[in-house]
Amino acid sequence: MTDLITAPNLTDADGFYEALIAAHQGLTPEQSTALNARLILLLANHVGDRDILLDALRKARETGR
Amino acid sequence: MADIFEQTLYPYRRSPDQDAAAPVRHPVIVVGAGPVGLAAALDLALKDVPVLLLDDNDRVSTGSRAICFAKRTLEIMDRLGCGQPLVDKGVTWNKGKVFFDERKVYEFDLLAEAGHRRPAFINLQQYYFEAVLLERLRELQAEGRPVQIRGRNKVTGVTRDYSRVQLTVETPDGPYTLDADWLIACDGAKSPIRSFMGLDFHGRVFEDNFLIADVKMEADFPTERWFWFDPPFNRGQSALLHKQPDGVWRIDLQLGWDIDREVEMREENVIPRLKAMLGEEAKFSLEWISIYTFQCRRMERFAHGRVLFAGDSAHQVSPFGARGANSGIQDADNLAWKLKLVLDGTAPESLMESYNRERVQAADENILNSTRSTDFITPKSDISHVFRDAVLDLAEAHPFARPLVNSGRLSVPATHAGSDLNGEDALPGGPERTRPGAPAVDAPVGDGWLLESLGTDIVLLGINTSLPDMSGGDTLPVTVLTIETGDDRLGALRERYLGRNEQAVYLIRPDQHIAARWPTYDRKAISAALTAATGGMS
Ligand SMILES: Cc1cc2nc3c(=O)[nH]c(=O)nc-3n(C[C@H](O)[C@H](O)[C@H](O)COP(=O)(O)OP(=O)(O)OC[C@H]3O[C@@H](n4cnc5c(N)ncnc54)[C@H](O)[C@@H]3O)c2cc1C
Repeated sequence: MTDLITAPNLTDADGFYEALIAAHQGLTPEQSTALNARLILLLANHVGDRDILLDALRKARETGR
Repeated sequence: MADIFEQTLYPYRRSPDQDAAAPVRHPVIVVGAGPVGLAAALDLALKDVPVLLLDDNDRVSTGSRAICFAKRTLEIMDRLGCGQPLVDKGVTWNKGKVFFDERKVYEFDLLAEAGHRRPAFINLQQYYFEAVLLERLRELQAEGRPVQIRGRNKVTGVTRDYSRVQLTVETPDGPYTLDADWLIACDGAKSPIRSFMGLDFHGRVFEDNFLIADVKMEADFPTERWFWFDPPFNRGQSALLHKQPDGVWRIDLQLGWDIDREVEMREENVIPRLKAMLGEEAKFSLEWISIYTFQCRRMERFAHGRVLFAGDSAHQVSPFGARGANSGIQDADNLAWKLKLVLDGTAPESLMESYNRERVQAADENILNSTRSTDFITPKSDISHVFRDAVLDLAEAHPFARPLVNSGRLSVPATHAGSDLNGEDALPGGPERTRPGAPAVDAPVGDGWLLESLGTDIVLLGINTSLPDMSGGDTLPVTVLTIETGDDRLGALRERYLGRNEQAVYLIRPDQHIAARWPTYDRKAISAALTAATGGMS
């Protein structure tokens, strides 16, 4: 089984971060929330593997404040 | 002619039991002549188990209620000898469309696969379904099968001791008492028998109301299931449109929680809602309207000594997925053959515990599916709403999101994979869908069908292999059947039962669920599986 990758894996971290913020440019908080939801679904489908997704959900839930 | 549900179909008649000095004892009493009680009574009668069916009414269900009957139900009805009239009267459909706001986001086809006798679904008003089963019951009576039905016999009390159940029954002529070896409670979601016995019924109530209207109209909508999320004509809510026979359409409009039911039910308020959906010019008449809320819950156990609960009395689901009547029919299917063997003394009474286990498992599966659908249709939190809409938005352009759209996961039979009635799965790489615990999948055989050739006993099926006669020796009636994949032009039989194997031997229960399978005939292995499948006595 492959594990959820938590070591750095982005080819261009700063570039991705900038694009992520830019994608939300000009959106209302509601529109941003909707965009995030679509994004999560697209990425989840790309990952596919159930264990990895559940692990990601767990880690996301555990690390927030 | 008056509508069928206004006719007295099994009028009250005084029975000699009412004049007997002591309570007359019956091997099996079924309470409730809804779809489930009728199916149970037919099944037992066909097995020559004397059965008495009691109902507090004398006619079929008022209003259409259940309309979608699934393939598995039709296959069970074929076994009971009344599948064809249901299909003839019903509207066959396989396709559905899902709309979000004003856009169509998704289309599905439930049975793209060839080589099945029955379609994925038919739509048929519950009153017609019940009427067909009643007619079949009359036929069996005419053939001399041991089945009785008593209208306006209302059960008002149940007591029991170790080997007997006693019922008090109210009739137009006053009360009388009956004894039963076994009582099957098919008395619906409000089950008085459950209450008399002080039994639990736990689960989740969904805070929502749905307006259902059956309307008669001439319309050229296709014969498909249409489901809307958040349509312009019912903002923020859902809607469903479905065709029934006789030009009747089922419309289901979500109303939300804070409504005044009495006000919403008034025709002057219903008509504008329907016009908003169907168009101002639509010409229709109302056949039946009702407002319902729903629950997903079940009894902790379906078997309580010699009282067995089946159908809505044992479990209730939301209507999305058409799992109510369909799963109840499978309860009856599971129960009848076991009770027959127990009454014949060829299986131990403990076999009925497998009814409890298998059907509780099925109920949990149905409740899970219908709860998930309901949470998708009626999101319970803001973020759940956001994800629901995200799925619908994505579904239009991106195929990956379509399987996430959940407007009801339509009823499929449970596979009792972990059941202790299952024997070994010794067929190397055998197809998943016909593994032990699964209901046998239909396939063409010659000019007919596999399922219709299985009959009513336990079946030992040889595919591309001959089998010795199984009669004698075992006390259990086992029918031996051999078929050839060469008899199936489509190759479905091979694909569904052999996989890469050249031949196989299947042991199949009377409810057509697969008990065990092997690559070759092995007398000892078959005996062991037969013992397991019948509760471990033979
Ligand atoms: C709006 C709606 C839509 C639905 N759509 C579908 C669908 O598309 N597909 C599907 O599979 N299911 C559907 N269902 C569910 C379906 O109607 C039920 O699951 C089904 O009727 C259950 O059958 P039953 O025989 O267990 O109980 P019931 O049909 O409720 O029958 C119980 C019987 O017991 C009798 N009875 C009760 N108390 C006593 C007593 N004390 N003495 C004697 N007799 C008694 C009653 O008169 C009745 O005849 C729908 C339900 C609703 C409300």
